[in-house]
Amino acid sequence: MADEVCIPVSSEIDIVTARQKGREMASRLGFSNTDLVLIATAISEVVRNIVEYAKKGELCLNILQEGGKSGIVVIARDKGPGIPNIKLAMQDGYTTGHSLGLGLPGAKRLMDEFEIISEVGKGTTVTMKKWVQNNG
Amino acid sequence: MLVPILKQGDYLIASIQSELSDADLLKLRDDLVRRVSEFRSHGVIVDVTVLDVMDSFATRTLRSMAHMIMLRGAETVIVGIQPEVAFSMVQLGLKLEGVNTALDLEEGLALLNEKIKGDSRRG
Repeated sequence: MADEVCIPVSSEIDIVTARQKGREMASRLGFSNTDLVLIATAISEVVRNIVEYAKKGELCLNILQEGGKSGIVVIARDKGPGIPNIKLAMQDGYTTGHSLGLGLPGAKRLMDEFEIISEVGKGTTVTMKKWVQNNG
Repeated sequence: MLVPILKQGDYLIASIQSELSDADLLKLRDDLVRRVSEFRSHGVIVDVTVLDVMDSFATRTLRSMAHMIMLRGAETVIVGIQPEVAFSMVQLGLKLEGVNTALDLEEGLALLNEKIKGDSRRG
């Protein structure tokens, strides 16, 4: 886990930092320009969720190597209020905040793998992965 | 990061120079809405060419800004959405409904001229 980079999240300024770091790491891994935008946007959505609902948390980025494939894993962690109904939170247009309600379901569509674990009163962890597409 | 707003005749042109935080975006929205009244502008162009992320917050802020400016009787055109950003916005399910868009500043100005002055000469 030597490559892991974690960014503490406590204000909306950290959203910009987090997506820049994510973009840097993804760029080193050889992702296409389109994928770089998708990854940065997905990071923006999950980090904004931390700022809006949990106030504080962290975003960790790491490199994935698996069977000749490489990719990036993005983990957004907080000890906030948790999500009582994940199914509802993953529905397009559902929001309890001031957003469009596209953050979590949108981030899922932008990445290849998406997992959310949440416990009310304990916090939420979102894990997202994207693999570099090898063309040819 | 401050976004410079240029006044050119009846139009205001805001050219975003670097990535913006949520607070910067809200400030841009408020500044533009205020200046439309101050300068009695008829059209506003926001150039987002340098933005490599347009997430749900940015989209919502630009949409509400265009709506506020419309209520003040002026038109807004968003120009320079990059192809990768357009792809990402569609994947996310984001829409800029009711907001004019154009390829670049030149096309944006032509669109405003057409809408406001009824000038159909493009380019």
